[in-house]
Amino acid sequence: MQLDILTPDKKVFSGEVSAVSVPGAKGSFEVLNNHAPIISTLEKGMVKLTGKDGKMEFEITGGVIEVLNNKVIVLAESI
Amino acid sequence: MANLKEVRIRIASVNSTQQITKAMKMVSAAKLKRATDAIVQMRPYANKLKDILANLTASLEGNESPYTQQREIKNVLLVVVTSNRGLAGAFNANVIKAANLLVADKYDAQKRDGNLQIIAIGKKAQDYFTRNKFNVIGNNNEVFNHLNFDEANKIAEEVMSGFVAGKWDKVEVVYNQFKNAGMQILTTEQLLPVVPSVNQSANQNNADYLLEPSQEEIVLGLIPSSVKIQLYKALLDSHASEHGARMTAMDKATENAGDLLKALRLSYNQARQASITNEILEIVSGANALAAQ
Repeated sequence: MQLDILTPDKKVFSGEVSAVSVPGAKGSFEVLNNHAPIISTLEKGMVKLTGKDGKMEFEITGGVIEVLNNKVIVLAESI
Repeated sequence: MANLKEVRIRIASVNSTQQITKAMKMVSAAKLKRATDAIVQMRPYANKLKDILANLTASLEGNESPYTQQREIKNVLLVVVTSNRGLAGAFNANVIKAANLLVADKYDAQKRDGNLQIIAIGKKAQDYFTRNKFNVIGNNNEVFNHLNFDEANKIAEEVMSGFVAGKWDKVEVVYNQFKNAGMQILTTEQLLPVVPSVNQSANQNNADYLLEPSQEEIVLGLIPSSVKIQLYKALLDSHASEHGARMTAMDKATENAGDLLKALRLSYNQARQASITNEILEIVSGANALAAQ
Protein backbone atom coordinates (compact mmCIF):
# COMPACT_ATOMS: atom_id res chain seq x y z
CA MET A 1 0.00 0.00 0.00
CA GLN A 2 0.99 3.54 -0.55
CA LEU A 3 2.06 5.62 2.46
CA ASP A 4 2.61 9.37 2.62
CA ILE A 5 3.83 11.09 5.76
CA LEU A 6 3.33 14.83 5.48
CA THR A 7 4.27 17.75 7.68
CA PRO A 8 3.56 21.40 6.91
CA ASP A 9 7.24 21.91 6.11
CA LYS A 10 7.82 18.95 3.83
CA LYS A 11 6.95 15.47 2.69
CA VAL A 12 8.82 13.22 5.06
CA PHE A 13 8.11 9.87 3.48
CA SER A 14 6.37 8.61 0.40
CA GLY A 15 6.43 5.07 -0.88
CA GLU A 16 5.22 1.50 -0.79
CA VAL A 17 5.03 -0.16 2.61
CA SER A 18 3.70 -3.46 3.83
CA ALA A 19 2.84 -2.31 7.36
CA VAL A 20 2.76 0.86 9.40
CA SER A 21 2.03 1.23 13.08
CA VAL A 22 0.90 4.55 14.52
CA PRO A 23 0.20 5.93 18.00
CA GLY A 24 -3.58 6.31 17.80
CA ALA A 25 -5.58 8.31 20.31
CA LYS A 26 -7.11 5.10 21.64
CA GLY A 27 -3.86 3.23 21.65
CA SER A 28 -1.29 2.24 19.11
CA PHE A 29 -2.49 0.28 16.10
CA GLU A 30 -1.07 -1.20 12.95
CA VAL A 31 -2.32 -0.74 9.42
CA LEU A 32 -1.75 -3.61 7.01
CA ASN A 33 -2.82 -4.11 3.42
CA ASN A 34 -6.56 -3.80 2.78
CA HIS A 35 -7.24 -2.11 6.07
CA ALA A 36 -10.77 -0.72 6.47
CA PRO A 37 -11.10 3.02 5.90
CA ILE A 38 -10.27 4.87 9.09
CA ILE A 39 -9.61 8.38 10.30
CA SER A 40 -7.95 8.66 13.65
CA THR A 41 -6.14 11.33 15.59
CA LEU A 42 -2.61 10.51 16.65
CA GLU A 43 -0.81 11.11 19.91
CA LYS A 44 2.83 11.83 20.51
CA GLY A 45 4.80 8.72 19.72
CA MET A 46 6.55 6.70 17.07
CA VAL A 47 5.37 5.92 13.55
CA LYS A 48 6.98 2.64 12.54
CA LEU A 49 6.81 1.39 9.01
CA THR A 50 8.05 -1.65 7.16
CA GLY A 51 8.88 -0.97 3.57
CA LYS A 52 10.96 -2.43 0.79
CA ASP A 53 14.18 -1.06 2.25
CA GLY A 54 13.51 -2.34 5.74
CA LYS A 55 12.05 -0.68 8.77
CA MET A 56 11.94 3.02 9.47
CA GLU A 57 10.81 5.05 12.44
CA PHE A 58 9.62 8.62 12.83
CA GLU A 59 8.78 10.39 16.03
CA ILE A 60 5.74 12.65 15.79
CA THR A 61 4.16 15.05 18.26
CA GLY A 62 0.63 14.41 17.13
CA GLY A 63 -1.47 14.49 14.02
CA VAL A 64 -4.03 12.50 12.13
CA ILE A 65 -4.10 9.41 9.92
CA GLU A 66 -6.43 8.60 7.06
CA VAL A 67 -6.62 5.18 5.44
CA LEU A 68 -8.66 4.72 2.27
CA ASN A 69 -8.36 2.12 -0.49
CA ASN A 70 -4.84 1.08 0.44
CA LYS A 71 -3.69 4.66 0.54
CA VAL A 72 -2.42 5.82 3.90
CA ILE A 73 -1.83 9.46 4.71
CA VAL A 74 -0.27 10.53 7.97
CA LEU A 75 -0.46 14.24 8.73
CA ALA A 76 2.09 14.94 11.45
CA GLU A 77 2.51 18.28 13.13
CA SER A 78 6.21 17.94 13.49
CA ILE A 79 8.82 15.25 13.19
CA MET B 1 25.88 72.72 -20.69
CA ALA B 2 26.63 70.58 -17.67
CA ASN B 3 30.09 70.48 -16.32
CA LEU B 4 32.07 67.48 -17.57
CA LYS B 5 33.32 66.41 -14.19
CA GLU B 6 29.87 66.62 -12.59
CA VAL B 7 28.35 64.44 -15.25
CA ARG B 8 31.15 61.92 -14.88
CA ILE B 9 30.53 61.65 -11.14
CA ARG B 10 26.80 61.21 -11.67
CA ILE B 11 27.37 58.46 -14.22
CA ALA B 12 29.58 56.62 -11.76
CA SER B 13 27.00 56.92 -9.00
CA VAL B 14 24.06 55.81 -11.15
CA ASN B 15 26.21 52.92 -12.34
CA SER B 16 26.85 51.67 -8.85
CA THR B 17 23.19 52.07 -7.94
CA GLN B 18 22.30 49.98 -10.92
CA GLN B 19 24.70 47.28 -9.83
CA ILE B 20 23.08 47.19 -6.41
CA THR B 21 19.55 46.97 -7.75
CA LYS B 22 20.60 44.28 -10.18
CA ALA B 23 22.17 42.25 -7.39
CA MET B 24 19.10 42.71 -5.18
CA LYS B 25 16.90 41.51 -7.98
CA MET B 26 18.95 38.38 -8.40
CA VAL B 27 19.00 37.68 -4.67
CA SER B 28 15.23 38.11 -4.53
CA ALA B 29 14.74 35.79 -7.47
CA ALA B 30 16.69 33.09 -5.67
CA LYS B 31 14.82 33.63 -2.44
CA LEU B 32 11.52 33.68 -4.29
CA LYS B 33 12.29 30.25 -5.64
CA ARG B 34 12.82 28.93 -2.13
CA ALA B 35 9.72 30.68 -0.79
CA THR B 36 7.47 29.25 -3.49
CA ASP B 37 8.98 25.81 -2.87
CA ALA B 38 7.90 26.09 0.75
CA ILE B 39 4.37 26.90 -0.34
CA VAL B 40 4.34 23.90 -2.65
CA GLN B 41 5.63 21.69 0.17
CA MET B 42 2.91 22.87 2.51
CA ARG B 43 0.05 22.49 0.06
CA PRO B 44 -0.57 18.69 0.21
CA TYR B 45 -0.75 18.83 3.99
CA ALA B 46 -3.10 21.80 4.01
CA ASN B 47 -5.35 20.31 1.34
CA LYS B 48 -5.59 16.93 3.04
CA LEU B 49 -6.35 18.50 6.39
CA LYS B 50 -9.03 20.66 4.84
CA ASP B 51 -10.52 17.63 3.07
CA ILE B 52 -10.75 15.55 6.21
CA LEU B 53 -12.14 18.43 8.23
CA ALA B 54 -14.71 19.36 5.59
CA ASN B 55 -15.69 15.72 5.23
CA LEU B 56 -16.29 15.30 8.92
CA THR B 57 -17.90 18.63 9.71
CA ALA B 58 -20.41 18.23 6.87
CA SER B 59 -22.20 15.46 8.71
CA LEU B 60 -21.69 16.88 12.16
CA GLU B 61 -23.99 19.44 13.63
CA GLY B 62 -23.81 21.70 16.60
CA ASN B 63 -20.23 20.98 17.49
CA GLU B 64 -19.11 23.56 19.97
CA SER B 65 -15.41 24.05 19.86
CA PRO B 66 -13.85 26.85 21.89
CA TYR B 67 -12.44 28.08 18.59
CA THR B 68 -15.75 28.42 16.75
CA GLN B 69 -17.53 30.36 19.45
CA GLN B 70 -19.25 33.48 18.11
CA ARG B 71 -19.20 36.24 20.70
CA GLU B 72 -20.13 39.86 20.80
CA ILE B 73 -17.18 41.68 19.31
CA LYS B 74 -15.63 43.76 22.04
CA ASN B 75 -11.96 43.04 21.67
CA VAL B 76 -10.36 42.66 18.32
CA LEU B 77 -6.95 41.40 17.34
CA LEU B 78 -5.40 42.17 13.99
CA VAL B 79 -2.47 40.17 12.72
CA VAL B 80 -0.67 42.30 10.16
CA VAL B 81 1.97 40.58 8.05
CA THR B 82 4.63 42.69 6.37
CA SER B 83 8.31 42.20 5.65
CA ASN B 84 11.38 43.10 7.65
CA ARG B 85 12.98 45.07 4.86
CA GLY B 86 11.80 47.74 2.52
CA LEU B 87 12.65 48.37 -1.13
CA ALA B 88 9.85 46.13 -2.30
CA GLY B 89 7.68 48.67 -4.03
CA ALA B 90 4.30 49.29 -2.43
CA PHE B 91 4.34 45.90 -0.73
CA ASN B 92 4.38 47.05 2.88
CA ALA B 93 2.50 50.28 2.30
CA ASN B 94 -0.39 48.32 0.80
CA VAL B 95 -0.72 46.01 3.78
CA ILE B 96 -0.61 48.87 6.25
CA LYS B 97 -3.11 50.84 4.22
CA ALA B 98 -5.46 47.86 4.09
CA ALA B 99 -5.15 47.36 7.84
CA ASN B 100 -5.92 51.01 8.44
CA LEU B 101 -8.93 50.86 6.16
CA LEU B 102 -10.19 47.76 7.92
CA VAL B 103 -9.90 49.48 11.28
CA ALA B 104 -11.67 52.61 10.04
CA ASP B 105 -14.33 50.50 8.41
CA LYS B 106 -15.21 47.89 11.00
CA TYR B 107 -13.39 48.45 14.25
CA ASP B 108 -13.50 52.17 14.83
CA ALA B 109 -15.42 51.82 18.09
CA GLN B 110 -13.04 49.17 19.40
CA LYS B 111 -10.09 51.36 18.55
CA ARG B 112 -11.54 54.34 20.40
CA ASP B 113 -12.14 52.23 23.47
CA GLY B 114 -8.65 50.86 23.31
CA ASN B 115 -9.88 47.34 22.62
CA LEU B 116 -8.05 46.92 19.35
CA GLN B 117 -4.82 45.02 19.59
CA ILE B 118 -2.29 44.28 16.93
CA ILE B 119 0.25 41.57 16.42
CA ALA B 120 2.69 42.81 13.85
CA ILE B 121 4.72 40.27 11.96
CA GLY B 122 7.63 41.91 10.22
CA LYS B 123 9.53 45.00 11.21
CA LYS B 124 7.71 47.39 8.89
CA ALA B 125 4.31 46.85 10.50
CA GLN B 126 5.89 46.78 13.95
CA ASP B 127 7.50 50.18 13.38
CA TYR B 128 4.43 51.73 11.84
CA PHE B 129 1.90 50.64 14.44
CA THR B 130 4.18 51.40 17.37
CA ARG B 131 4.85 54.87 15.97
CA ASN B 132 1.13 55.52 15.55
CA LYS B 133 0.35 54.51 19.12
CA PHE B 134 -1.56 51.36 18.37
CA ASN B 135 -1.75 48.65 20.96
CA VAL B 136 0.96 46.36 19.64
CA ILE B 137 1.62 43.05 21.35
CA GLY B 138 4.99 41.39 21.35
CA ASN B 139 7.68 41.48 18.77
CA ASN B 140 7.78 39.02 15.91
CA ASN B 141 10.52 40.45 13.75
CA GLU B 142 12.59 37.28 13.90
CA VAL B 143 9.97 35.05 12.29
CA PHE B 144 11.06 35.62 8.72
CA ASN B 145 14.70 34.84 9.46
CA HIS B 146 13.93 31.14 9.63
CA LEU B 147 10.39 30.75 8.48
CA ASN B 148 9.07 27.31 9.38
CA PHE B 149 5.99 25.76 10.89
CA ASP B 150 7.34 25.86 14.44
CA GLU B 151 7.84 29.62 14.31
CA ALA B 152 4.35 30.16 12.94
CA ASN B 153 3.08 27.78 15.56
CA LYS B 154 4.29 29.94 18.42
CA ILE B 155 2.30 32.90 17.17
CA ALA B 156 -0.73 30.75 16.43
CA GLU B 157 -0.65 29.28 19.94
CA GLU B 158 -0.52 32.75 21.43
CA VAL B 159 -3.42 33.94 19.29
CA MET B 160 -5.54 30.87 20.01
CA SER B 161 -4.98 30.80 23.76
CA GLY B 162 -5.84 34.50 23.88
CA PHE B 163 -9.05 33.83 22.01
CA VAL B 164 -10.06 30.98 24.28
CA ALA B 165 -9.24 33.06 27.35
CA GLY B 166 -11.49 35.82 26.03
CA LYS B 167 -8.70 38.36 25.49
CA TRP B 168 -10.16 39.00 22.05
CA ASP B 169 -13.40 38.00 20.38
CA LYS B 170 -12.35 38.19 16.79
CA VAL B 171 -9.01 37.76 15.05
CA GLU B 172 -8.34 38.88 11.51
CA VAL B 173 -5.17 38.62 9.51
CA VAL B 174 -4.07 41.03 6.79
CA TYR B 175 -1.42 39.86 4.36
CA ASN B 176 -0.35 39.67 0.74
CA GLN B 177 -1.46 36.48 -0.92
CA PHE B 178 0.98 35.13 -3.45
CA LYS B 179 -0.37 34.86 -6.97
CA ASN B 180 2.79 34.95 -9.02
CA ALA B 181 6.09 36.80 -9.00
CA GLY B 182 4.55 39.94 -10.42
CA MET B 183 1.29 39.88 -8.57
CA GLN B 184 0.19 39.92 -4.97
CA ILE B 185 -3.39 39.88 -3.80
CA LEU B 186 -4.03 41.87 -0.68
CA THR B 187 -6.13 39.65 1.55
CA THR B 188 -7.99 39.99 4.81
CA GLU B 189 -9.04 36.75 6.42
CA GLN B 190 -10.87 35.90 9.57
CA LEU B 191 -8.72 33.60 11.66
CA LEU B 192 -10.93 33.21 14.72
CA PRO B 193 -13.66 32.30 15.40
CA VAL B 194 -13.14 29.58 12.82
CA VAL B 195 -15.47 29.79 9.88
CA PRO B 196 -16.79 26.29 9.24
CA SER B 197 -15.41 25.11 5.94
CA VAL B 198 -17.99 24.17 3.38
CA ASN B 199 -17.35 21.00 1.51
CA GLN B 200 -17.36 21.58 -2.20
CA SER B 201 -15.87 18.31 -3.30
CA ALA B 202 -18.43 15.98 -4.81
CA ASN B 203 -16.89 12.80 -3.50
CA GLN B 204 -17.65 13.42 0.14
CA ASN B 205 -18.40 10.53 2.43
CA ASN B 206 -17.44 8.11 -0.27
CA ALA B 207 -16.42 5.63 2.37
CA ASP B 208 -17.67 4.63 5.76
CA TYR B 209 -14.71 5.57 7.80
CA LEU B 210 -13.99 4.10 11.16
CA LEU B 211 -13.54 7.12 13.36
CA GLU B 212 -11.28 7.11 16.36
CA PRO B 213 -11.83 8.30 19.04
CA SER B 214 -15.08 9.85 17.75
CA GLN B 215 -16.18 12.23 15.08
CA GLU B 216 -16.55 15.14 17.47
CA GLU B 217 -13.19 14.59 19.06
CA ILE B 218 -11.41 14.34 15.73
CA VAL B 219 -13.01 17.56 14.52
CA LEU B 220 -12.21 19.35 17.75
CA GLY B 221 -8.65 18.09 17.54
CA LEU B 222 -8.23 19.19 13.96
CA ILE B 223 -9.62 22.71 14.27
CA PRO B 224 -6.55 24.09 16.06
CA SER B 225 -4.33 22.51 13.40
CA SER B 226 -6.33 24.17 10.68
CA VAL B 227 -5.95 27.56 12.37
CA LYS B 228 -2.21 27.02 12.63
CA ILE B 229 -2.04 26.03 8.99
CA GLN B 230 -4.05 29.07 7.96
CA LEU B 231 -1.64 31.39 9.73
CA TYR B 232 1.38 29.50 8.43
CA LYS B 233 0.03 29.78 4.91
CA ALA B 234 -0.44 33.53 5.36
CA LEU B 235 3.19 33.85 6.46
CA LEU B 236 4.51 31.75 3.59
CA ASP B 237 2.41 33.65 1.08
CA SER B 238 3.55 36.97 2.42
CA HIS B 239 7.16 35.83 2.35
CA ALA B 240 6.95 34.74 -1.26
CA SER B 241 5.04 37.91 -2.18
CA GLU B 242 7.71 40.04 -0.57
CA HIS B 243 10.42 38.58 -2.75
CA GLY B 244 8.18 38.74 -5.79
CA ALA B 245 7.44 42.39 -5.13
CA ARG B 246 11.09 43.19 -4.51
CA MET B 247 12.13 41.42 -7.66
CA THR B 248 9.70 43.44 -9.75
CA ALA B 249 10.62 46.69 -8.02
CA MET B 250 14.33 46.11 -8.46
CA ASP B 251 13.87 45.08 -12.06
CA LYS B 252 12.11 48.37 -12.72
CA ALA B 253 14.81 50.26 -10.81
CA THR B 254 17.55 48.63 -12.88
CA GLU B 255 15.71 49.53 -16.02
CA ASN B 256 15.27 53.14 -14.90
CA ALA B 257 18.93 53.38 -14.00
CA GLY B 258 19.72 52.15 -17.51
CA ASP B 259 17.59 54.90 -19.03
CA LEU B 260 19.19 57.49 -16.80
CA LEU B 261 22.66 56.29 -17.76
CA LYS B 262 21.83 56.60 -21.44
CA ALA B 263 20.69 60.19 -21.03
CA LEU B 264 23.71 61.05 -18.92
CA ARG B 265 26.15 59.51 -21.40
CA LEU B 266 24.57 61.54 -24.18
CA SER B 267 24.96 64.81 -22.33
CA TYR B 268 28.47 63.79 -21.27
CA ASN B 269 29.50 63.22 -24.86
CA GLN B 270 27.86 66.47 -25.93
CA ALA B 271 29.79 68.35 -23.27
CA ARG B 272 33.02 66.65 -24.26
CA GLN B 273 32.54 67.48 -27.94
CA ALA B 274 31.65 71.06 -27.13
CA SER B 275 34.78 71.50 -25.08
CA ILE B 276 36.94 69.99 -27.85
CA THR B 277 35.33 72.30 -30.39
CA ASN B 278 36.01 75.21 -28.10
CA GLU B 279 39.65 74.28 -27.68
CA ILE B 280 40.19 73.94 -31.43
CA LEU B 281 38.49 77.27 -31.93
CA GLU B 282 40.87 78.90 -29.45
CA ILE B 283 43.97 77.32 -31.00
CA VAL B 284 42.96 78.26 -34.52
CA SER B 285 42.12 81.83 -33.64
CA GLY B 286 45.36 82.08 -31.65
CA ALA B 287 47.34 80.83 -34.65
CA ASN B 288 45.49 83.24 -36.92
CA ALA B 289 46.31 86.13 -34.63
CA LEU B 290 50.00 85.17 -34.66
CA ALA B 291 50.03 84.83 -38.46
CA ALA B 292 48.46 88.26 -38.86
CA GLN B 293 51.30 89.97 -36.97
